[in-house]
Amino acid sequence: MMKTILLRLLLVLGCALPLASSAAEAGYPWDHFPAAKMNDMPALQNGARIFTNYCLGCHSASYMRYNRLHDIGLTDEQIKKNLLFGTNKVGDTMKTPLDPREAKDWFGTAPPDLSVIARSRAEVGKGSGADYLYTLWRTFYRDDARPTGWNNLAFPDIAMPHALWQLQGERRAKFIEVKDPHEEGKTTRRFAGFEQITPGTLDDQQYDAAVADLVAYLQWMGEPAQATRVRVGVGVLVFLGLLIVITWRLSSAYWRSVH
Amino acid sequence: MAEMQTAPAGAGAGRRLLTWVDNRFPLSKLFNEHMAQYYAPKNFNIWYVFGSLALLVLVNQILTGIFLTMHYKPDAAKAFESVEYIMRDVPWGWLVRYMHSTGASAFFIVVYLHMWRGLIYGSYRRPRELVWLFGCAIFLCLMAEAFMGYLLPWGQMSYWGAQVIVNLFSAIPFIGPDLALLIRGDYVVGDATLNRFFSFHVIAVPLVLLGLVVAHVIALHEVGSNNPDGVEIKEKKDANGNPLDGIPFHPYYTVHDIYAVSVFLFIFSAVLFFAPEGGGYFLEFNNFIEANPLKTPLHIAPVWYFTPYYSMLRATTDIMVNILAGILAIAAVLAILRGGFRAAGKIAIAVAAIVAVFLLKTFDAKFWGVVIMGGAVLILFFLPWLDHSPVKSIRYRPGWHRIVYGVFLVFFLALGYLGSQPPSPTGNYVSQLGTLVYFGFFLLMPWWSRLGLFKPVPDRVTFASH
Repeated sequence: MMKTILLRLLLVLGCALPLASSAAEAGYPWDHFPAAKMNDMPALQNGARIFTNYCLGCHSASYMRYNRLHDIGLTDEQIKKNLLFGTNKVGDTMKTPLDPREAKDWFGTAPPDLSVIARSRAEVGKGSGADYLYTLWRTFYRDDARPTGWNNLAFPDIAMPHALWQLQGERRAKFIEVKDPHEEGKTTRRFAGFEQITPGTLDDQQYDAAVADLVAYLQWMGEPAQATRVRVGVGVLVFLGLLIVITWRLSSAYWRSVH
Repeated sequence: MAEMQTAPAGAGAGRRLLTWVDNRFPLSKLFNEHMAQYYAPKNFNIWYVFGSLALLVLVNQILTGIFLTMHYKPDAAKAFESVEYIMRDVPWGWLVRYMHSTGASAFFIVVYLHMWRGLIYGSYRRPRELVWLFGCAIFLCLMAEAFMGYLLPWGQMSYWGAQVIVNLFSAIPFIGPDLALLIRGDYVVGDATLNRFFSFHVIAVPLVLLGLVVAHVIALHEVGSNNPDGVEIKEKKDANGNPLDGIPFHPYYTVHDIYAVSVFLFIFSAVLFFAPEGGGYFLEFNNFIEANPLKTPLHIAPVWYFTPYYSMLRATTDIMVNILAGILAIAAVLAILRGGFRAAGKIAIAVAAIVAVFLLKTFDAKFWGVVIMGGAVLILFFLPWLDHSPVKSIRYRPGWHRIVYGVFLVFFLALGYLGSQPPSPTGNYVSQLGTLVYFGFFLLMPWWSRLGLFKPVPDRVTFASH
């Protein structure tokens, strides 16, 4: 009785509520980050390499220590030889050599710290932070109206130039004018595909794979303990599952005598 | 003082030690009074596990909190970094931190369910008014604890959530701005705020909370637990003076609660290990960005457990204040015409109503939003005196009372959902309706709770043996 009434009321409200929230900004839809990369050690290592080569020049990851890369299978020797700059030590955190004040002069804003960037960019109902970053890296295009000459679909008017442009090459975005669904008599710009201007060193498939590696690394760096967390979690749940059976039988044994 | 007892001849070391202790401290006496000889009704259902679970979560919060305090730095320049340090460099720090953050949400889930149980079975009714009052005070403390604790990670949501809520206090007429300054210790939320919130979060509020929990349990054990039938088990006793429908808490409810604890821990761990962010509701995504006083986020949403009250705050617009003034005027006219008061009483009501309407229109709607939000929590304290139903439990109330409770619950959940969403016109109408339903449920309870055809309450509890 109570339950049917509650269910009915929930249904009625359920029909009314989406109306309330549909007004929220949608923006460019995000692509799905290939999550299988998270269990792919060579991909994570390649991501770490791209990160130190292309990102660390301007962005820090000041909560991330180089030697934590042990967790994705790199040795101290490999870290020292391939990933460290200058006088850095393997126990140091990843700090950019770029002076934040100069950065502000060049880009108008200081490049954000990337330690937990993948965790911070998720949106309820839109996708994970990895989805966002994967989309971001695949939607840069040339735009002469921007001071850097670059723009982005996932992050319109982004202050950062396309740091991986040598890999992807230069692209132009095509837009078409369509009727504005919200306002009568007005038109709005809709994205209608990219057009390659100059080729990059990687083809489309290779570029997507490289970007997925980078995003996998960023996702891993956001929470280096995540693989441990899941592994421990499986053990804990197995233990608690057994405990439930034992405590259930214990409780029943006592309660059998209660009439 | 009790006579000194001696252990029987030939007793084991354990028995002799217990006798030694019992002669100096009422250890066995306390255990018997609160566990082995505390008689609880035998017809408890699943709703009755949430009290024990709340205690479990409280212990979890205190223990994990102690370890977090060892590594956390309450300093605006270091706080965010120290949380990431706990997550990365402190051995098992991520586990302790997730236990604490998931525990905060779990605490509110079990406490809301515990309160709902009290509501539907009339657990607040005579003679359990004080149990309920202590419980409401615990809820209030818990909200303060959660609010101040949420500032500590020093993320964007921590910062701007605190900024918004503390600014609410400045809407209070006359003393508001000074009060807000006193709370913040600065003109904006800053290092001073973080330090005092830390102090309140780790020591001041937990001390009060623990004292209240002890008072809550002592008061409960003095009057005995209610049950789903709302029958007083103490009225029917056996030859030994024990309730016929009661069973000793230990061992029956201890084994029962251990079973419940295992199930709870299973669900809790599933969230903790596989979805510690709770889909962005337990740990908000924006809170992984360090607090920036110069950059206001587009959408500031409090954590889910505050959203029903936050919705009520947002719902209190100028139009809502006019509606409230209208309702107040109609209530006053009804009281004067139909209340059967004498002339002096009628005049007093008229004057009070005019003053109230005047105040409603004089002060800012934002202030009344704060009053509504605070009132929504404080009104719970009055529940024992608002309910005039002849029976305690929903089981023996008229069928349509269930619909009233159902509507109340659905609107409360809807308010919670809307409070987590960006404002929208439709959402605002639903919130305003929800606010009126929430207050109507309580304020009209003296009338609706006694209407309808009540079912006969049995002499003994209904119990089917396992």
